Amino acid sequence: MQDTLAQLKRGERGIITDVSSIHIPLKLLEMGCLPGNFVELVQVAPFQDPMYLNINGSHLAIRKETASYILIEKMANE
Amino acid sequence: MSKQINVALIGNPNTGKTSVFNALTGLNQKVGNYPGITVEKKQGICKLPRGVKAHIIDLPGTYSLNASSLDENVVIELLLNKNDKDFPDIAVVVTDVENLKRNLLLFTQIKDLEIPTILVINMADRMSYKGITLDIEYLEEKLNTKIALISTRKKEGIDKLKLLISNYKDVSIEPCIDTTQIDVDYFGNLKKAFPNQLLYKLWLVITQDVNFGKTDRNEIDAVANFKTKSKADLKRLQQKETIKRYQFINNALDKGQTIDLSQAKDLRIKFDRILTHKVWGYVIFGFILLTIFQAIYDWSSIPMDFIDSAFASLSEWTKTQLPQGAFTSLLAEGIIPGLGGIVIFIPQIAFLFLFIAVLEESGYMSRVVFLMDRIMRRFGLSGKSVVPLISGTACAIPAIMATRNIESWKERLITILVTPFTTCSARLPVYLIIIALVIPEGRILGLSYQALTLMLLYLIGFGTAIISAYILNKILKIKSKTYFVIEMPNYKLPLLKNVVLTVIEKTKAFIFGAGKIILAISIVLWFLASYGPGEAFNDAENIVKKEFASENLSSEDLQQKIASHKLEHSFIGIAGHAIEPAIRPLGYDWKIGIAIVSSFAAREVFVGTLATIYSVGSDEEETIKNRMAGEVNPVLGGPLFTFASGISLLLFYAFAMQCMSTLAIVKKETNSWKWPILQLVIMSAFAYIVALIAFQFLK
Repeated sequence: MQDTLAQLKRGERGIITDVSSIHIPLKLLEMGCLPGNFVELVQVAPFQDPMYLNINGSHLAIRKETASYILIEKMANE
Repeated sequence: MSKQINVALIGNPNTGKTSVFNALTGLNQKVGNYPGITVEKKQGICKLPRGVKAHIIDLPGTYSLNASSLDENVVIELLLNKNDKDFPDIAVVVTDVENLKRNLLLFTQIKDLEIPTILVINMADRMSYKGITLDIEYLEEKLNTKIALISTRKKEGIDKLKLLISNYKDVSIEPCIDTTQIDVDYFGNLKKAFPNQLLYKLWLVITQDVNFGKTDRNEIDAVANFKTKSKADLKRLQQKETIKRYQFINNALDKGQTIDLSQAKDLRIKFDRILTHKVWGYVIFGFILLTIFQAIYDWSSIPMDFIDSAFASLSEWTKTQLPQGAFTSLLAEGIIPGLGGIVIFIPQIAFLFLFIAVLEESGYMSRVVFLMDRIMRRFGLSGKSVVPLISGTACAIPAIMATRNIESWKERLITILVTPFTTCSARLPVYLIIIALVIPEGRILGLSYQALTLMLLYLIGFGTAIISAYILNKILKIKSKTYFVIEMPNYKLPLLKNVVLTVIEKTKAFIFGAGKIILAISIVLWFLASYGPGEAFNDAENIVKKEFASENLSSEDLQQKIASHKLEHSFIGIAGHAIEPAIRPLGYDWKIGIAIVSSFAAREVFVGTLATIYSVGSDEEETIKNRMAGEVNPVLGGPLFTFASGISLLLFYAFAMQCMSTLAIVKKETNSWKWPILQLVIMSAFAYIVALIAFQFLK
């Protein structure tokens, strides 16, 4: 099974491979949450929710549930 | 007369759009509302080179033309309606140099509407700091526009921007992307059906409910056939469109922008490591809240005392300087004390708005939302409910409007319903005066009892809001998608000019809004208190003289007796006595009853009302507080404002829904009378019961 954004740990990075667009608000797509873009988990609130992300240079926070609809490929930490 | 150019300022939130607006218009601005809705409309005049004037509208911040809130809808409605008198001759899209890629998305959308569009790249002062270099000429060519690289903080580039605006006729209106390329089949058919229409405009109309100019109505209805595409299909097309736009943007930025990451310094990470920390984040937030309450109570008490005594002397001065008569006493006993009741809390409102403006401008508010979302969700609220709940301590009206960016309707409705429980600034004058009367001075652990009581009242307000949210969350059966997206902007040092302008503007709006009601009510009250029906009022002098004939009263005491006899038999006295049975169990007399009834229009009227009632029939120069302290309980004797009746009154004001304007705004925002009426009935009944229990236990 592929990783989702919700499984990312703090400081880890990935590349978005697919988004289940029916579950993702358009606003999030427009903020850069699109296949091919990189994503980094900057910070998490208690219980890993919400998640503070850097997507393609945009800093934003989303709930874990939404993050579970975004598929990613983890990048090895350099 | 030279022609005025209509300029629309558009941009994502957090791009410094308002700073650009302030830089262009200076103090030449006015704030109003869009007709029929409560979205703030800011406009101003800017002088351009060669004597041309520009009429500038600062449109609400939006991430895209696909509106998801009432505020954002204003932008698209204006841009789609050529007949609107504000329809821009030129659109100025403001972007932040650090978020250029994302900010350009909106730029491409607006340009595709074939409106002349120029690009402002703001915060240029941050470029070297972030290792960013831009090839402006290359970008102008690729994006097919004119660019002004500016820094509102350093006041650079504004003149260039003005020049570009005045040359708006030279700006290209060629679209950025070819709409048909998004999906050749679908848009090909659409084009065949409406050969004379701009394709992108049609697409916007299809994908969202835009309610624009009557003239275009028929065309939209015809478009309705194209809505047959399923929602999922439309969304897929929107995603394709977004990808196309980013391709266009990346193509321009690849060569036009270079970012040397080794040069970039990132303070954001350092700050966020502490400010959004699992423990320290909350500690710091708590500390900030404490500072705010301390400021409201302590720092503003000095100007408040000064205002209170200044109005008392002004009232006295009016009485002695003007010729005696009905007008003088209306002025001295009605209008001046009434106005004093509102002017007195300007310092506190200003402080509140100051703190809220600083929290918002600095970018800290988003961190609070981030920290609080999970906790608030347990109560059926959103992290974004924190902003209304905090700004509700200033006033519930802007707070309820601030719920608009909460995505889930259920979370938003609950926030609207519980926000009036937070202690708004209109409750403050009531709290302050009663606390001063019934809570002893003295300190525990260096904190004064009075400040602690105030703090407790704030906590009660928040607590009740949260608990009722929890209950509402269980009761309300509303299914709505819960998603949540919030931008985490960079930390910025707030611009003094922006903060000061916000504080002045909000305080002014608040004072004048409330001031009108208070002025009207205090005039009405004065009439009702100064006139009365029948002999008991009109023949008061003889009646009192007869009654006290045996006692040898000084003429001063006699005058006092006459005045209070008159007041009791005036219209207001009669009305007050009529409602007294209902409020006596709470420990109030008829005068407080009148004040409570009149403060159903607005809470802050309470102090003004008592001031008016007490000053009719009193000659001495006295502050409101001293007058209240001197009141005697008609039944029990002793002072009227005791610990028991004071606490009962405090609790009544903590819970009762006494604000017409809030009810009106709830009606507007929920689009139904059901919710405001429920609020009024439930909150007031609850207030009555709690106040009753409190008095009966404590007396």
